[in-house]
Amino acid sequence: MKKTPSRSRSADDRGFRLGTGFFALLVVLLVAAIFFELYRTSSLSLTKFGWRFWTGKTWDPVSGEFGALPFIWGTLYSSILAMLISTPIALGIAIFLSELSPRPLRTPLAFLTELLAAIPSIVYGLWGIFVLVPIVRKLELITPAWLKKVPLFSGPPLGVGMLSAALILAVMVIPFTSSVAREVLKAVPPSQREAAYALGATRWEAIQAALRYGRTGVAGAIMLGFGRAIGETMAVTMVIGNNPQVSTSLFAPQYTMAAVIANEFTEAADDLYLSALIEIGLVLFVITVIINALSRLLIWSVSREVKPRTEALALPALPLPPAPPEATA
Amino acid sequence: MSDTMAPDVDAPPEPNPSTSAAAPPPAVAVVVEPNAATAGKVLRMQTAKLNFWYGPKQALYDISLAIPEKSVTAFIGPSGCGKSTYLRCLNRMNDIIPDTRVEGEVLLDGRDIYGAGTDIVDLRRQVGMVFQKSNPFPKSIFDNVAYGPRINGMYSKAELPQRVEQALRRSALWDEVKDRLNTSAMGLSGGQQQRLCIARALAVEPEVLLMDEPCSALDPIATGKVEELIYELKRDYTIVIVTHNMQQAARVSESTAFFMLGRLVEHDKTEKIFTNPGQKITEDYITGRFG
Amino acid sequence: MRRRTRTRKALSNAVVVLCAAAVLLALVPLFFVFFYVVQQGFSSLNLDFFTKMPKPVGEAGGGMANAIVGTLVLIAIAGAIAIPVGIIAGVYLSEYGKKKFASLVRFTADILNGVPSIVIGIFAYGLAVLPVKHFSALAGGLALSFMMIPIITRTTEELLNLVPGTLREGSLALGATRSRAAFSVMVPAALPGIMTGILVALSRIAGETAPLLFTAFNNRFFSTRLDQPISSLTVQVYTYAISPYEDWHRQAWAGALVLVAVVFLFSVLARVVTRRLERMHRV
Repeated sequence: MKKTPSRSRSADDRGFRLGTGFFALLVVLLVAAIFFELYRTSSLSLTKFGWRFWTGKTWDPVSGEFGALPFIWGTLYSSILAMLISTPIALGIAIFLSELSPRPLRTPLAFLTELLAAIPSIVYGLWGIFVLVPIVRKLELITPAWLKKVPLFSGPPLGVGMLSAALILAVMVIPFTSSVAREVLKAVPPSQREAAYALGATRWEAIQAALRYGRTGVAGAIMLGFGRAIGETMAVTMVIGNNPQVSTSLFAPQYTMAAVIANEFTEAADDLYLSALIEIGLVLFVITVIINALSRLLIWSVSREVKPRTEALALPALPLPPAPPEATA
Repeated sequence: MSDTMAPDVDAPPEPNPSTSAAAPPPAVAVVVEPNAATAGKVLRMQTAKLNFWYGPKQALYDISLAIPEKSVTAFIGPSGCGKSTYLRCLNRMNDIIPDTRVEGEVLLDGRDIYGAGTDIVDLRRQVGMVFQKSNPFPKSIFDNVAYGPRINGMYSKAELPQRVEQALRRSALWDEVKDRLNTSAMGLSGGQQQRLCIARALAVEPEVLLMDEPCSALDPIATGKVEELIYELKRDYTIVIVTHNMQQAARVSESTAFFMLGRLVEHDKTEKIFTNPGQKITEDYITGRFG
Repeated sequence: MRRRTRTRKALSNAVVVLCAAAVLLALVPLFFVFFYVVQQGFSSLNLDFFTKMPKPVGEAGGGMANAIVGTLVLIAIAGAIAIPVGIIAGVYLSEYGKKKFASLVRFTADILNGVPSIVIGIFAYGLAVLPVKHFSALAGGLALSFMMIPIITRTTEELLNLVPGTLREGSLALGATRSRAAFSVMVPAALPGIMTGILVALSRIAGETAPLLFTAFNNRFFSTRLDQPISSLTVQVYTYAISPYEDWHRQAWAGALVLVAVVFLFSVLARVVTRRLERMHRV
């Protein structure tokens, strides 16, 4: 091998840095490109409707009326409901796996919860249509009449609707939130729990001390789960009923931003229609980027207090456990 | 090498007039053979043939030792000799480490703390601990000190401020923080944080205070302040301090126990250990020939 | 104080029970889904499924041969793009990780991970479908590659960080350029883990549906052409699932079973390899 003189050696090294750096830059450019591309292709709708787009309740492409409020409503309703159901369970799992479970159980249980995250969205959707929806329908059928008077439970027993969507979203988000929360709890220094124990704390009180220390990280974990729920497409569109109405009822079929894009994108006959759908996608993008950015910062701040220069509590992608922050389908 | 003992009960020592308001502590069975350090004293804690395992590995062998009340007992020895492990047995902190095993007795005021029916929560309130690296909670100074009393339901809400002040005064921190009780504890210096942890431990009114190398992470000035504090505290509390700093042990303690490889080599009055130790190996350690 | 302690302890024990219950509760849907997929799909999983093409609407029989091949084509395209980009970007992050730019890249990769796949689909649509006015396998593969890139980047970075730095130093001390040190010493040392990470990423995107809906679209016929729409297992399952035909529902379950089996296998594989890697590095 020819000995390279030191001058060209440093040129090699600079080439290496710039070369690999270029590919790293691609990642950043990708995100920027997505924003600009979406902005560009939705400009028709953006300029035509402005803010009214998001306050309009009627989505009627045939007559050219594009009010996207039902989608924001459906997305937020289903996601918030899903978080309400899934967060306590996810935190319970995180606490159990990181603090309470006997050592030999830990790995198999963690693996099983990871599997939950690995099941493709379409499979959840399939199961949703043929198993969950009939169950929910039965539930709706046995709802007593007096309860049905409450707007929350009103509506015909179709099975598809907000409740089914929220349930399936909850199942899909649980492994995600719990694995991030587990990582956060692992980053809490053991001395915090020891201090609590030494003062006479019970197990739960010591866990509370750990949770309090990592509270911003736990909040970040919950936010990440929320971000995932918002963007979930297939499973939701298969069980939510796909009806662009704003309704408080759990039983009413509704629509989410991701679902309407999935369903109507290929049907969009004219440019305005397409542009309107893309605008919905743009807003979805912006919302999830903000949520993700905020939650990463929160999670990162937990490990920052421990040591000055710790590798930020980066969530391992794959294959190191826990399951990766999987993109939504 | 370790203090041999007869499991039989000796005649109880004459009860010392206690300075606390409560009745003098009940006469306690002595299970450890008395020595110069412990003879005639009220024994707060004793261990009889204590053995300890981390999994399959034995860390403590037949330790029989008595801690006299209202004094400072120092544990010295080279690193890895088991002194911290032993300390943590005294308030059952080792319980939270998985896969550990204990054999033998650890008596607090005559009752075996490893016996059935022991209230661990209350034990840890009575036998407090201060750690090597200060570990305040990410809360305000007030809330840190109030944490123990709060979870143990010790005082009414109205009483708390007074008790917190008392604890902070006793740990010589009050004057420095009295104007900023609601600020975060994380903003204090290392030495202040350690004194805060001491105040936090004192707030639950322990009888025994275990200190695991409390000054090793502190600068000399802060160390001096904590040592002064220990000197004051021993009037009211039974203190056990693990230290690798022999000068410190000589400065603050009345009796000293020398540990080596999981065994208790010698336990005697501090004076004697440092001037004329009974065992050669102790002398070798003291004079710095190893460790 | 005695009574209060009893309450505290009771509370503590109750919490332990609740947390264990949470774990069991979460496992219920897992087994529920697995059970149904196996039960419904297994009977429909025959040779026909893997070898035959879909029959016209309403006719019974047929299979998903084209869809399976389609998925393979798509992940091949995605991999061809994402693997080199991801690995090289990961190398950059591992070599220059302390720089501010590296933090930005890491941050963005994590954000990209969280972008809904349907949005990625729209992006790929604008990029590769709109200009040529037709759907294509290439567009689908592109969309999938965008999803793979951040995963591979982060995995590569982390695995490279696990390799002891002394290997790099030793190589540099022998006169290697940084480039050579990275690609001929560090990456090969981390290769098993990186490969596993890639395989798991591939199995994950093989299960994606949304980004394909308007990029690769679907194709009733057998096709491997890059510039034509292509069928995929996921989109086919979706199409069949929402159709009114019993027979198609059966086949949808069979397709779901294949997907779940693939994902399961790769998850197990990843765990096994990770465990072995950890054991190696611990020594």
